[in-house]
Amino acid sequence: MFKSIRIRAAVTIVLCLAAFVYLAPSLTSDLPDTWKKYLPTDRIHLGLDLQGGMHLVLEVETAKAVESTLERTSNDLKENLMDNRVRFKFHERTQEKNVTFEFPDVASREAFDKILNNQYPDLETATSEIVDGKGLVSLKIKDKRAAEIKKMAVEQSLETIRNRVDQFGISEPEIIPQGTDRIIVQLPGVKDPARAKSLIGRTAMLEFKLVDEEHSIEEALKGNVPEGSVVANESRMDRTSGKRSEIPLLLKNRTLMTGNALESAKVQIGDRFGEPHVSLKFNAQGAKDFDRITAENVKKRLAIILDGVVHSAPVIQERISGGQAQITGSFTMDEASDLAIVLRAGALPAPVNILEERTVGPSLGQDSIDKGTWASIIAGILILIFMIFYYRLTGIVADVALAMNMLLLLGVMVAFKATLTLPGIAGIVLTIGMAVDANVLINERIREELRLGKTPRAAIEAGYTKAFLTIFDSNVTTLVAALFLFGFGTGPVKGFAVTLTIGIVVSMFTAVFVTRIIFDHFIWDRKIERISI
Amino acid sequence: MEIIKSDTQFNFIGLMKPAVILSLAVIIIGIASLIWHGGPNYGIDFAGGTLIQIKFQNEIHTDKIRTAFKAIGFEGSIIQDYGPKEVIVRTPESGTDAKSLTSRVEEGLSAAFGKGNYEIRRIEMVGPKVGKDLTRKAILAIIFSWIGILIYVGVRFEFRYALGGIVALVHDVLITITFLSLFNKEFDLNIVAALLTIIGYSINDTIVIFDRIRENARKNIRQTLNEVINASVNQTLSRTILTSLTVFMVLLVLFFFGGGVIHDFTFALLVGTVAGVYSTVFIASPIVLLFEKIKPTGLKRKK
Repeated sequence: MFKSIRIRAAVTIVLCLAAFVYLAPSLTSDLPDTWKKYLPTDRIHLGLDLQGGMHLVLEVETAKAVESTLERTSNDLKENLMDNRVRFKFHERTQEKNVTFEFPDVASREAFDKILNNQYPDLETATSEIVDGKGLVSLKIKDKRAAEIKKMAVEQSLETIRNRVDQFGISEPEIIPQGTDRIIVQLPGVKDPARAKSLIGRTAMLEFKLVDEEHSIEEALKGNVPEGSVVANESRMDRTSGKRSEIPLLLKNRTLMTGNALESAKVQIGDRFGEPHVSLKFNAQGAKDFDRITAENVKKRLAIILDGVVHSAPVIQERISGGQAQITGSFTMDEASDLAIVLRAGALPAPVNILEERTVGPSLGQDSIDKGTWASIIAGILILIFMIFYYRLTGIVADVALAMNMLLLLGVMVAFKATLTLPGIAGIVLTIGMAVDANVLINERIREELRLGKTPRAAIEAGYTKAFLTIFDSNVTTLVAALFLFGFGTGPVKGFAVTLTIGIVVSMFTAVFVTRIIFDHFIWDRKIERISI
Repeated sequence: MEIIKSDTQFNFIGLMKPAVILSLAVIIIGIASLIWHGGPNYGIDFAGGTLIQIKFQNEIHTDKIRTAFKAIGFEGSIIQDYGPKEVIVRTPESGTDAKSLTSRVEEGLSAAFGKGNYEIRRIEMVGPKVGKDLTRKAILAIIFSWIGILIYVGVRFEFRYALGGIVALVHDVLITITFLSLFNKEFDLNIVAALLTIIGYSINDTIVIFDRIRENARKNIRQTLNEVINASVNQTLSRTILTSLTVFMVLLVLFFFGGGVIHDFTFALLVGTVAGVYSTVFIASPIVLLFEKIKPTGLKRKK
């Protein structure tokens, strides 16, 4: 311990000044320019519950990413087998997660095995059996590869959501992974939570497929869906009534192009009706593909599908070679601009679910700040008065320590970029009540020692020495509890653990170290004979 | 000024039996209340569901709100007044779909009351999966904090002290849960935070007394442990009361001025503070004594 009162006082003053420097920007926005140039200007960071905003916990359906990889790979395998004239029958995937191929004879089975082993390292045989002389092979993605796909799906989702949020224009969003398949999204001050949510949660899987015009949709709706086709709904909005309706449409199964072929997407206003639509620009490969597809399918209908819903299915009038296309479909301006954002940012590799949402409006946040501030001030004044009332001049010493505690607590919070939440404010108020505990312990000890007839100097010496271990032990145990609180907590509760922890640590400093300086000053420098306690 | 005279000689050990009976009685009432209410009244954090806080421009009868929510298919909604022109609606539904839930609520409200006549101030939705996770984490956090404290106190003092401390902590948590159940308060994340705070705070109190017992036991070898404990509790009594008083004071301020969001949280802390003082004085120390009787440490101490 430092012996010199001066050195100890200097340490205290430096710390308080530092805390003040950190805290000042939060108290006033009217700082001198030189301050802004050389000193920290960060304000105290408010949690979503105080400044308003949205907290989302998303779950990436990573299993779906594996499934769609299997589907893509097996489609490729099918074409490959056909190209190599291998005889097989493909069983549509039903309940089980695997795809099954059926081979009529040994030769085709052998040919299949060769192709599989040489060209499809990600696939492996799950089961293989012979039923009625026909070989049945079901395939799955290798476990190791599946784990990689899952991991990549989460990483890619994170990146995509980050892109979308950035383009949506929210300042200081926080997007972090949690566990194996979860993503936490925090959007402070978001104005339209519903819109933000649909922007983030949307898969935005864009597909181009041909409309199956050879078969009738009525037949398909009765359950006789022709092989290689699928029923999808087209969403239409009536211009005059604004009502949305869904019309079933029969599509070819094969996806000709996806959103991967896009280079950019932007909102444009149509010439005729002044309606917004989204214009797409393909990348080099995409433009080439689109050119080929339109050339091969003139006079046929090409459906533009977003997340399984057909947005429009125009007839291809002529070959389109400029690498441009547009999605029309009677959007509002917001819908069109959100659609452009999600298309630019790319599709999510797998659907995401919202597991948890906490949205606080800005007015409630301000209410909480006001109430929390008032509660802190009232509690502070009450304790200050109480301590003076109970301990007289020694009470003032404790009060100085308490005031310093508040200053340091808030200063540390700014310096370490800790987040202040509403329970965090409660933690500060609680700290006000508990911080004086150390002083109570010391003062009660000093009183005891004085009662034993010791001189003030000896009583203070003994009081501090004996009380210190008690204060240390009792605070460490409280810290243990606070630590678990921190580990357990999410958002607001974590904020509580933070203020409580900092409060405890700082109070040990102010209540033991700082008050002792004041006592020592009076005992050694002023040589007082009596303590007002 | 002194609230507690410095030379009190209360016989706390003598009061041990009635104190334990009182505590057990309260805890039994708590268990009965829990059974009566069909388990703890879990908030959406643990049970899953949605909470919507709405502020209206005008005074609106809850029946009207109920009808509005029924119209959009939220059957089992609980509507609770929450200050002037403000209500909280709780529904067991939790939509995982990106937008349906919020927009459904918006639709229902604007159809019933007109756009601009209400403000959705808070929405909290917790899916069943997260609810389960949080429940597990909450229970683990509380148990591990007990274990952590048990170890620290066991190392710094002796095992019997640690045991006394933990019994006191479990006691405080149970008493708090009892009162929460009696007043039919909801168990949510904030309540768990409150319980952990109570644990941290109550052990703080207990340690102070243990510390004194340890000191006195060394000083007065000729006294029985019974006498040492009594003297120690008496000597620290004024500090115990004083600190609890300051904490209680600030909690009352929070309770009345802190706003609705942390109302129940503060309520739990108020109960816990009282339970903490009580258990420190009447439960923790006698347990140390009890343990000594069962398994004497064999110190050079007069029986």
